[in-house]
Amino acid sequence: MAAAVEADALGLSVLLLDEQTEPGGQIYRNIESIHSDTLDLLGDDYRQGAALTERFRKSNAAYKPGATVWRVDEDGTVAYSQNGKGATASGSRLLVATGALERPAPIPGWTLPGVMTAGAAQVMLKSADMVPSGRVIVAGCGPLALLITQQLIATGADVVALTETTRFGDYISATPHLLGALTSGSYLRKGRQMRREIKQAGVPIYSGICDLTAIGEDKLNAVGFTRDGVKAEIAVDTLLLHIGVVPNTQITRQVFCEHEWYKPQRYWRPVRDEWGATTKDAIAVAGDGGGVDGAAAATLHGLLAALDAACRQGHIDMGERNRRADPIRYELARHQAIRPLLDALFPPPPEICAPPEDDTIVCRCEEISVADIRNAVALGAMGPNQLKAFTRCGMGPCQGRMCGLTVTELVAQARGEPIEEVGYYRIRPPIKPVTMGELAAMADE
Amino acid sequence: MFRRLHEPDGQSVTIDFEGEILKVGVQESVAAALLTANPGYSRKTPVSAAPRLPFCMMGVCFDCLVEIDGVPNRQACMEIVEEGMKVRRQNGTRKLGS
Amino acid sequence: MHSADVIVVGGGSFGAADAYGLVRQGVDTVILDGSDDSLRAARGNFGLVWVQSKGMGLQRYADWSRESAHLWTDFADDLQDSAGIHVNYQNGGGLNLLLSEEERDTCRRNIDIMRQQAGADGYDAEIIERDEIQKLVPGLRIGDEVAGASFGPHDGHANPLRLLRALHRGFKHHGGRYFARNEVLTIKHDGKAFIAQTVKESFTAPKIVIACGHGITKLAPMVGLKAPIRPQRGQVLVTERIEATTEMALGSIRQTDEGGFMFGNSEEEVGFNDGTTLPVTGNIAARAVKAFPQLAKVRLVRNWGCIRVLTPDKCAIYDESETMPGAYVATSHSGVTLAAVNAHHVANWVVSGDTPTDFDHFSARRFDVPAAA
Repeated sequence: MAAAVEADALGLSVLLLDEQTEPGGQIYRNIESIHSDTLDLLGDDYRQGAALTERFRKSNAAYKPGATVWRVDEDGTVAYSQNGKGATASGSRLLVATGALERPAPIPGWTLPGVMTAGAAQVMLKSADMVPSGRVIVAGCGPLALLITQQLIATGADVVALTETTRFGDYISATPHLLGALTSGSYLRKGRQMRREIKQAGVPIYSGICDLTAIGEDKLNAVGFTRDGVKAEIAVDTLLLHIGVVPNTQITRQVFCEHEWYKPQRYWRPVRDEWGATTKDAIAVAGDGGGVDGAAAATLHGLLAALDAACRQGHIDMGERNRRADPIRYELARHQAIRPLLDALFPPPPEICAPPEDDTIVCRCEEISVADIRNAVALGAMGPNQLKAFTRCGMGPCQGRMCGLTVTELVAQARGEPIEEVGYYRIRPPIKPVTMGELAAMADE
Repeated sequence: MFRRLHEPDGQSVTIDFEGEILKVGVQESVAAALLTANPGYSRKTPVSAAPRLPFCMMGVCFDCLVEIDGVPNRQACMEIVEEGMKVRRQNGTRKLGS
Repeated sequence: MHSADVIVVGGGSFGAADAYGLVRQGVDTVILDGSDDSLRAARGNFGLVWVQSKGMGLQRYADWSRESAHLWTDFADDLQDSAGIHVNYQNGGGLNLLLSEEERDTCRRNIDIMRQQAGADGYDAEIIERDEIQKLVPGLRIGDEVAGASFGPHDGHANPLRLLRALHRGFKHHGGRYFARNEVLTIKHDGKAFIAQTVKESFTAPKIVIACGHGITKLAPMVGLKAPIRPQRGQVLVTERIEATTEMALGSIRQTDEGGFMFGNSEEEVGFNDGTTLPVTGNIAARAVKAFPQLAKVRLVRNWGCIRVLTPDKCAIYDESETMPGAYVATSHSGVTLAAVNAHHVANWVVSGDTPTDFDHFSARRFDVPAAA
């Protein structure tokens, strides 16, 4: 939205295609219709979205809600589906701002009904005005785990515990980054305050846990974990997993952008310059889809991308572009200062990245296990794509969104090769399923 | 599995889930609406008939596939409820249909 | 340096089938294969075991394809025993749908040509009418534009990816050694044996089979052979899983045993670009929906381009080097159809010098332009 508003202000014609039916993305979901009680509960960070959304609505940017982009060509042309009808759109520049997704957290039992992501609970809270009805446990690491715990407690949900994978050693390794983070003092203050509120509500926080397991037959009954060498089990109805977020690279990969491996948080991100331009001339990325910097940074990346687009189109010259970018970059640096600390504090645990148990499901769609993957590598599968051919891992409807990172890690581990050499799935269109009829109708054009 | 913080009041519609009539809020996704009905599961996987419920609520996991008004394999978290909508569990592989 | 009786270069349909046949005969074999992102026609394959359209201009190839189809059941059974993998070979015949009178006429003409060419060997494909077509695909309603089809009784299909995995598993089971990420850089002969130098290591063997698809272009000359192959793209579509509806193989439409429908059959000269294009994808979908209107509501989940390994006459090349005996080239774009004869006859040929009848018809020398008089 920030990019659209800025680009419009700079004189560019803008079309925004949104898969959701209302603006706001994931962070500001339902910002225009949220219940006032919930708005208070969600706090200022969420409230900020209201002003941005209003500016977006008032701008001249054309908005197509419920438009699912299912194909992108290298020249920036997109094919999308809206109300069951297919169409294409093209401009001189394409900005991909499709954000991030929760890192898939393949623990034993994670496919059981009752296991969801922290992000899912946030969507339920924001969009549906709902909270878990039974006993709920939050597990994982990162600011969002803290946030959802605190928010659910505030709604009166029965949160029985927060179990964190963060270990004492993580705090030690994070210390060198503290100085840099002090310029983002508010982040640290917020984190401390959330922990205080959670403890004051009588909800225990168990840190340094491992061996997270979802237990149950046909649905979740309990969550198991180990803490200080001691096994524990807590009866719950809902488990909310959160091991950080990772960029959603389906589109950037489908259109052949180069990607790089970001080791501190163990995810792939598109290679970008300081304006968000990718290795494909017509395509730029802004927001968490280019690298996880958080919501505030996302809007700033959007502004920079808009400035760059305006410059490339000749609406402003480079000097003006750089001049306008200066204060944005200053602001961006402030928000990015916290990242090294957060990355060091909340690394994804190795047992989540490369699950150790043979039976753990990796590919939820095709129900391929860790053992299946290791066997395929032993048979000779030298990378994720040969592995896919051998096992069907990654061939289901989600096309690798839930298993891709895990597969890369497991193959690298099994072959003793660096991640960069192992690579990732080849992502192909359609980005989201599209009917044969809709596709056939486009042939006649 | 989930409960509403506030009742849908005037802004509600009714949908039919597996024969059960539910009163749901106008803006709710089908997935959210289902989760208030304690359905146990909303689909059975094609590979092993394992029970699943929605997982990510944002359209990336495809675990929330259900049949809506006769059309199978629709992402329930991406569809907003409508008056009279008929929702059925997606039990395994879809049929070809007419 | 690793040594073996035979080095097979290429771990795709051709290489893995040849190598499987070799280890089945107790030959100590290594496969040298490329990387995860190498061009691999074996991974993009449609899965047809197809006879009816093969070998126009080269009867030996038409016969060879039919021979392979007849061997396929035994081949699949043997693979099941060796690898424990069922590749789901269906041999109920195959249909090439004709969606206009023009297509019918062209088909009719081609059938006549093939019949003449085959002579006493016989050519068994024939045009059938709508009601007969409908009987062959009872689970699907044929569209109004279907004007007929050519039915080939020897045709069928199998699961191409399971075939690849089964070949690798079977190869390993019988003692084969597989080396991935070992692209071959050079092949030399030291007077006693061939030496293949890869990006990682060296391998030596008295015999070497070059079956690595487009990699053949660079390697064949090193052993005194040539193979004038060119890339040709075919775009393929696959849908979400659907309940088992038909086991019939159609030239551009088939349902996999997992349930997804596959559609394909474009022929594009775009070099090595294995991407996809909206117009061609749309056309393939349009044709599929014309054939079976019920498919309109089914969802595409994936779309890829596959680079065929195409010879000038679309038939196979099998050659043994005259200047360096013991070096072979084997290739065609029909890796699934020919898997059976590759595993059987070609392996035999390499091991024992047992040349199949009229095998010289497949030599690349057939493409030599006759010297000007």
